[in-house]
Amino acid sequence: MLVVCCVKQVPDTTQVQIDPVTNTLVREGIPFIVNPYDTHALEESLRLKDRYGVRVAAISMGPPNAEATIRKAVALGVDRAILLSDRSFGGADTLATSNVLSAAIRKLAEEDEVALVLCGKQTIDGDTAQVGPGIATRLGMTQLTLVDRIEDVDMDARTVRVRRKLEGRYELVQGPIPAMLTVVREINRPRYPAVPARLMAASCTVEVWNNEVLRLDPVSIGLKGSPTWVSRIFSPERAKGQVLGDGEKDPAGTARLLVDTLRAKDLLPF
Amino acid sequence: EERLRREAIAAWRGVWVFVEQTEGEPARVSWELMGAGAGLARSLGTELCALVIGENVEHLCHEAFAYGATRAYLLDQPVFRHYRTEAYLEACCSLIETYKPEIVLMGATGMGRDLAGAVATRVKTGLTADCTGLDVDDRRNLRQTRPAFGGNIMATIMCDRFRPQMATVRPHVMQMPGRREGATGEVVRETCAIREADILTKVLEIIRDKKGGVDIAGAEFIVSGGRGMMAKENFGLLQELADELGGVVGASRSAVDAGWMPHERQVGQTGKTVRPKIYIACGISGAIQHLVGMQDSDMVIAINRDKEAPIFQVATYGIVGDLFRVVPALTSQLRQLKQSTIR
Ligand SMILES: Cc1cc2nc3c(=O)[nH]c(=O)nc-3n(C[C@H](O)[C@H](O)[C@H](O)COP(=O)(O)OP(=O)(O)OC[C@H]3O[C@@H](n4cnc5c(N)ncnc54)[C@H](O)[C@@H]3O)c2cc1C
Ligand SMILES: Cc1cc2nc3c(=O)[nH]c(=O)nc-3n(C[C@H](O)[C@H](O)[C@H](O)COP(=O)(O)OP(=O)(O)OC[C@H]3O[C@@H](n4cnc5c(N)ncnc54)[C@H](O)[C@@H]3O)c2cc1C
Repeated sequence: MLVVCCVKQVPDTTQVQIDPVTNTLVREGIPFIVNPYDTHALEESLRLKDRYGVRVAAISMGPPNAEATIRKAVALGVDRAILLSDRSFGGADTLATSNVLSAAIRKLAEEDEVALVLCGKQTIDGDTAQVGPGIATRLGMTQLTLVDRIEDVDMDARTVRVRRKLEGRYELVQGPIPAMLTVVREINRPRYPAVPARLMAASCTVEVWNNEVLRLDPVSIGLKGSPTWVSRIFSPERAKGQVLGDGEKDPAGTARLLVDTLRAKDLLPF
Repeated sequence: EERLRREAIAAWRGVWVFVEQTEGEPARVSWELMGAGAGLARSLGTELCALVIGENVEHLCHEAFAYGATRAYLLDQPVFRHYRTEAYLEACCSLIETYKPEIVLMGATGMGRDLAGAVATRVKTGLTADCTGLDVDDRRNLRQTRPAFGGNIMATIMCDRFRPQMATVRPHVMQMPGRREGATGEVVRETCAIREADILTKVLEIIRDKKGGVDIAGAEFIVSGGRGMMAKENFGLLQELADELGGVVGASRSAVDAGWMPHERQVGQTGKTVRPKIYIACGISGAIQHLVGMQDSDMVIAINRDKEAPIFQVATYGIVGDLFRVVPALTSQLRQLKQSTIR
């Protein structure tokens, strides 16, 4: 039995900026990290390995430099890690991305039965939360998003029971496997890789699958396979406000100024 | 080929809003979407329709009419009692394929994102997440504007070669439309061939969050604290100020990570989007991930001792100073004013 974990390499969004002249993203010098939610998906996959003796495969679609993400997965102890990389995969929206990831999962399933696919709740760059449902729908798997606890996986009965975290409520749900789960941060605390494992991962060869391996129709991947496209990119506009009084020297007077202003504009609830 | 594509696209008409409900209780974001959808339908000269799926949910069709829909597609069957992706996916896709709406809007909630992602994949169309702006161009194409990269950039996304055009919108991003009492419309009753035996996924239990109660996303007045609050106990100061305004206390992620406030109170990219009448940020620097969650508030007031803090860039009014002196002063001013107005 295999658990497949989907991991994306993302720019550290705290440092992303937009070039005011060209209105494009400044990509130079921005550090890349493993999508934070995916570190929780990885951790949960490894816990399933400990609990049920399953094997874990990590897959990531991205440019060649996403190799770093694959190595992190290896250092953490996954059994197999594959980088899905091909120029023709570039520029993908979520529909095209889930196509490539699904094809890779199907291929892995030829060798070992896939019980679960784990994804993060969302990424911090595209931030759509759409890829997980895309994979589940394409592969006809049970879809269980926003999981904050895997209660039980019954390999004999072929069911999984999870708790989902929704707005103001939790849901306890049971469904058949294979299932695709997306996980929230609360599910676990990711472990750190041990130094020897890190050294080993740094020197291992990374397995790369391109489209000669996956054999997907070129019109169903990358930019061509993406129904959505970005027509404009710009900085969010912000109107600068007014600083009131001197809050340092006269906090009480400044507070009064604010209250008077709000009152004059009839903004107070009384 | 291009002409054929355009003809095929022209066959899709109407703006649909998915009416999200749990145990018959509608999610407010559905009505906010009715407001946004009505504007789009007007620009396109087409109809605004509600998509109502559940068990014993016919009353929601009439609610939808009150919020601007003129037609409601209703699927009312026991199999839809609890939300399960498989069942709702089948239901949505069969209706979309039958009636061919050009736009389908859903809330960017746990349920909405779960369903929208599945539906868009099945009908093989584009889906734009967490839109903050929606309008149409002169060729009936939907212009979908959304923040990405943690709010550092805004992007306008098109899906002009496929129908329907699908988008999700977070709660409290669009304005709630007015309610027109007694407004009517046509209820189109549909049935779906799915049987309970076909759906192997079972909702065993719904556990309401007991400590819930405080919904910062719906509050009209929010007083939020950040790392500048220094300690959990100090949030009492913010609660006092919030009490004077009849509001609630929110927090930045730093304050949540420090364990000073529960995650439900977090405002921002990985917390809630809020749109109160007044948002008061105390000891919050205004990181972009925080700003995307509160910058659409009607008014933002920032209290921070660092005059360079980015929060001042979105603040309608800023006070540069020590929050431990300013906040109590503000509370006592409001208290005095309240007493004098009541008297
Ligand atoms: C400014 C901008 C806006 C965009 N807006 C949209 C939009 O509205 N709609 C749209 O369809 N696309 C959009 N995209 C494209 C989108 O970011 C990419 O399709 C991306 O490949 C996947 O989407 P995501 O990052 O939102 O992933 P999510 O759906 O948020 O990711 C969820 C999980 O899926 C898995 N996953 C996602 N991507 C990969 C990967 N490459 N490899 C391995 N696992 C992965 C991870 O487990 C991840 O946690 C946008 C791109 C940009 C630059
Ligand atoms: C992927 C990702 C998602 C994130 N999501 C969110 C999110 O949803 N919400 C969120 O809030 N953050 C989020 N963050 C974190 C965000 O980047 C910031 O780290 C965080 O918002 C900072 O919180 P803060 O303003 O409370 O703390 P700080 O940035 O440390 O600011 C504290 C402020 O308090 C002021 N201060 C200190 N003492 C006083 C005093 N006595 N009187 C007045 N002012 C004082 C200081 O001048 C300073 O400006 C996210 C980050 C990432 C990477």
